Amino acid sequence: MSDSFCAWCGGAAAEGDHAACQRRRVLEPPRYCPHCARRMVVQVTPAGWTARCSAHGASSSDSDRAASAPTA
Amino acid sequence: MRQTTAPTARRQGRTVTAAAERTAVEPGAPDILTVAREQVLERGEGLTEPQVLEVLRLPDDRLEELLQLAHEVRMRWCGPEVEVEGIVSVKTGGCPEDCHFCSQSGRFPSPVRSAWLDIPGLVEAARQTAATGATEFCIVAAVRGPDRRLLSQVKAGIEAIRAAGIDIQIACSLGMLTQEQVDELVAMGVHRYNHNLETARSHFPAVVTTHSWEERWETLRMVREAGMEVCCGGIIGMGETVEQRAEFAVQLAELDPHEVPMNFLIPQPGTPYEDFEVVEGAEALRTVAAFRLAMPRTMLRFAGGRELTLGDLGAEKGMLGGINAIIVGNYLTNLGRPAQQDLDMLRDLRMPIKALSETL
Ligand code: SF4
Repeated sequence: MSDSFCAWCGGAAAEGDHAACQRRRVLEPPRYCPHCARRMVVQVTPAGWTARCSAHGASSSDSDRAASAPTA
Repeated sequence: MRQTTAPTARRQGRTVTAAAERTAVEPGAPDILTVAREQVLERGEGLTEPQVLEVLRLPDDRLEELLQLAHEVRMRWCGPEVEVEGIVSVKTGGCPEDCHFCSQSGRFPSPVRSAWLDIPGLVEAARQTAATGATEFCIVAAVRGPDRRLLSQVKAGIEAIRAAGIDIQIACSLGMLTQEQVDELVAMGVHRYNHNLETARSHFPAVVTTHSWEERWETLRMVREAGMEVCCGGIIGMGETVEQRAEFAVQLAELDPHEVPMNFLIPQPGTPYEDFEVVEGAEALRTVAAFRLAMPRTMLRFAGGRELTLGDLGAEKGMLGGINAIIVGNYLTNLGRPAQQDLDMLRDLRMPIKALSETL
């Protein structure tokens, strides 16, 4: 599933410029579900974060890293 | 854990840093850094409010000299060790208070939703913190003050951390306390309590309207009398004037806490301060050094916002400019840089991490 919404501001990913959001995201966990823009319940821990969307389930810093890691 | 409208406060914050104001020193007056070298470095006496103000008004071309002196003061009166701490939020968001900087206030349209950390999660957070070599683990909750449910959760969490054999000291930050709650935390083995005054007494009513600076002070008084270490700092960049920064430094010195965490505002979406500007790096470093010269013997900790305000290079400068403690890893609702990066920085700077045995 590709991201339809900005996880930082909750706006449509295809509309507007989200470069500033991406910069903020380096030091912030996601706040909005990238699939439906619902606000997520987010827990930050010393080494990561977990987030839960009521419709799309859980995600975490581990899955985020895995998704953004380069594939061979 | 405060000016009414963001634009006014922001203008105010910017105006006070103007170079013209920094140089407003009487002709013929002894140089403030010469005075500080003798008074603070040699005798261990913190600067007074007018002296701190003079330091905060020093021009950028004297910043290196200031940082060097602050570092010497830290080395002389605190030593080379750095205390490393990790923190976690056990109850996030939904706070009834209105601290204008805070994304966890339930009064603002912030995207932060309420969350509770369960006991296994708390134990894992303590384990992650201990794995960095940290000696302190602070359990934090977004509340006005703890209720029975929260205190039970904290008690169960501390017992579980101990049962898991995690060797770390436990601190708490649970808002304003009653005497009974203070005594309960002491009985749980909490050795340090964090409760920030946040800003100068004169600026506090512009930042928070739901409780007073004096109420916070009262909690700190009870904490100290009960024998817990007092951890009390604040946030720089909330529209306070440079005079109010000096006022705050001296009010903290009067409190004489064991530790002062220094945060720099991270403007959070939905809060009244969302459009505030981030404190400039030089301004942040000057403030750190000035606080060190006001409190030569106090543990001064880099806390939230340093990544945004100072970046990697600035963090190093701060460590060489008066800071002697850091929070590693993530914060309560924001992310920090990876803990290993901070540990590498300390190794490169040849600053030993304070060991647990030294703190007991
Ligand atoms: S009391 Fe603490 S958690 Fe609540 S709004 Fe103020 S700073 Fe945020």
